[in-house]
Amino acid sequence: MAHAIDIAHDDQPATGIKRWLFATNHKDIGTMYLVFSLIMFFVGGTMAMIIRAELFEPGLQFVDPGFFNEMTTMHALVMIFGAVMPAFVGLANWMIPLQLGAPDMALPRMNNFSFWILPFAFTLLLSTLFVPGGAPAGGWTMYPPLSLQFGDSFPMMIFAIHLMGISSIMGAINVIVTILNMRAPGMPLLKMPLFCWSWLITAYLLIAVMPVLAGVVTMLLTDHFFKTSFFNAAGGGDPLMFEHIFWFFGHPEVYIMILPAFGVISEIIPTFSRKPLFGATSMIYAIASIAFLSFIVWGHHMFADGMPLAAQMFFMMSTMLIAVPTGVKVFNWTATMWRGSLSFEPPMLFAIGFLFMFTIGGFSGVMLALVPADYQYNQSYFVVAHFHYVLVPGAVFAIMGAVYYWLPKWTGNMYSMTLAKTHFWLSTIFVNVLFFPQHFLGLAGMPRRIPDYAVQFTDWNMVSSIGAFGFGLSQILFAIAIIQCVRGGQKATAKVWGGATPTGLEWTIPSPAPYHSFTTAPEIH
Amino acid sequence: MEAPQQPVRRANRRLITGLLVMVLGSFAFGWALVPLYSAFCRLTGVGNAEAKAGREVVHDTIDPNRFITIEFVANPASVGSFDFRPKVAEMRIHPGKLYDTQFYAKNLTAGPEIAQAVPSLAPSSAWKYFHKTECFCFSTQKFAVGEGRWMPVRFIVDPSLPVNIDRLTLSYTFFDTTQSAGRG
Ligand code: HEM
Ligand SMILES: [Cu+2]
Repeated sequence: MAHAIDIAHDDQPATGIKRWLFATNHKDIGTMYLVFSLIMFFVGGTMAMIIRAELFEPGLQFVDPGFFNEMTTMHALVMIFGAVMPAFVGLANWMIPLQLGAPDMALPRMNNFSFWILPFAFTLLLSTLFVPGGAPAGGWTMYPPLSLQFGDSFPMMIFAIHLMGISSIMGAINVIVTILNMRAPGMPLLKMPLFCWSWLITAYLLIAVMPVLAGVVTMLLTDHFFKTSFFNAAGGGDPLMFEHIFWFFGHPEVYIMILPAFGVISEIIPTFSRKPLFGATSMIYAIASIAFLSFIVWGHHMFADGMPLAAQMFFMMSTMLIAVPTGVKVFNWTATMWRGSLSFEPPMLFAIGFLFMFTIGGFSGVMLALVPADYQYNQSYFVVAHFHYVLVPGAVFAIMGAVYYWLPKWTGNMYSMTLAKTHFWLSTIFVNVLFFPQHFLGLAGMPRRIPDYAVQFTDWNMVSSIGAFGFGLSQILFAIAIIQCVRGGQKATAKVWGGATPTGLEWTIPSPAPYHSFTTAPEIH
Repeated sequence: MEAPQQPVRRANRRLITGLLVMVLGSFAFGWALVPLYSAFCRLTGVGNAEAKAGREVVHDTIDPNRFITIEFVANPASVGSFDFRPKVAEMRIHPGKLYDTQFYAKNLTAGPEIAQAVPSLAPSSAWKYFHKTECFCFSTQKFAVGEGRWMPVRFIVDPSLPVNIDRLTLSYTFFDTTQSAGRG
């Protein structure tokens, strides 16, 4: 840390590979996180295409069931820990200092370290595909005793998860220290942009639950190698306890993936509605109460596992309670657009898509929260439909919206609006073709995590697979739009969205953002 | 430039220390959940605590004044497939004590066989008082052509068996599962 300040004073980026290996500049590190995330998005996406190809028809066509299970497990791990979480950390790195008027993140060295852990972690995780016994195949939730039966991949997966956890915790510490200590003078916490607010709360969530995940996977490890019996009934342990501890991490984890998305949407919608965010302070309280509630709802993942009636009632009520602050947010975004002077640039399209489709996921969540209904829905494709609606047109659309919103600020160039809009419309159409039929399949009784299914499910599975291929191919447009924009294009102005009303300090500096910005703190009025 | 940096750096260090303590606290909390859950289950009786307690009771008292007659019956599922019979037709036992007996099976068919015994108890209301600690019916049994062998059963009758019951019939049906076992 002692040298961090001197490094920040270097005027020009180092050249070649050194610039990236030894990066301490928040913009360089943000870029690396985002590129890494995009690569993982395509890796995880390829796995999803394999899954949907196999499910196009009943029977076993392309892969054997064991490999199918490896694909579902790895797809989830790669998308959650490799695509969505690093994308938000990348956005945080780029935008938090710019929005706060800070010269850099507070802890640049640690920042470098927390990024460079990730390529190692994922090389380790992905290399399990080539070890004897194959990759982990028991689901990303790693329930014992099944997960204890993985082959050589087992310790590799656990170690990879440890590394990812360390990386996220360091990232979270960095965000909190930056936000609490590096704001430009004259920016009180409550006047801070909502993207920073959502990240501040997310960072606390990360600190609270990533260590619990590290603990529970360590218990799996000792059960496997050191003959402990945390989850082994024969030795006096309890496999059900794994689920309790895992979901104590797991539910806050899903909010770790959505709260920064809320922050992004709260930036985009006011800009293109040309109105300030409706109820900005209530937005902050809503995020905070969602974060708090997320700690007391984990039991909704275990309703069907055997649980006393009182506990089922408690978890059902607390889960449905989350819909209240979530509803406040959806209401406020809608109210911001109400009588606004709307325009539909790509970021706004993604934000509106988010608003509609995330809400569909919220509704199916409330259905799943009803204990008697969940007895039927759990472990079915209905759950798959639910979490994909909140994660794909939810979290992923918010990330894409954020990239389209700030990309001109990062590169100094405008991207092709036509390409981006085409990307949006194709993604939106196909994501619904892909996931909406899965609601029907689930309600009709098709279980999740199976490579083959009863013939009556064929039609909707074919529709879903066609949607999947369409969605997957559409993402190539995303990559093209980004690459073109990095290469060149029409020059962006400092305000970028000059026709609209972007607010925030990031729009007061030129585009592209200079390598060193806000070396002297800005004046805030 | 240096002067204003100092207080910030000190504040950073304080904050980082606090956050690291939170990280360690969360990690410790994750592990603490293990004893917390057992304590919770013990105090509230949630989970299988009751069942565990019940299991211990079975072993503690042998009732030397009470006799129960157990009859053993063996049925091959189809004629001519197995020679299947108990070692003894009946036993007089005390509740609460562990007993052993055996059943004999011999493969009469022309090929190797896999079979599984399915138990049944009369009166069926006595099932929950009749505990098999070991039984050849727990798993499938493989037989080579012409192979015959003795297979063990160990059982204990719960002393809380209602007093109106003094006779139990344990019957096994020996099913040929070669077909379904082969499929897997
Ligand atoms: C109104 C808000 C929400 C409610 C009421 C809700 C409720 C539920 C319930 C009850 C389940 C368990 C279903 C089962 O396994 O039977 C579930 C699963 C899940 N939810 Fe949500 N949810 C909400 C929002 C979200 C959000 C915002 C995300 C992520 C961004 C999310 C991600 C997931 C995931 C990943 C699973 C499945 C985990 C697994 O079993 O692999 N949910 N949700
Ligand atoms: Cu949950």
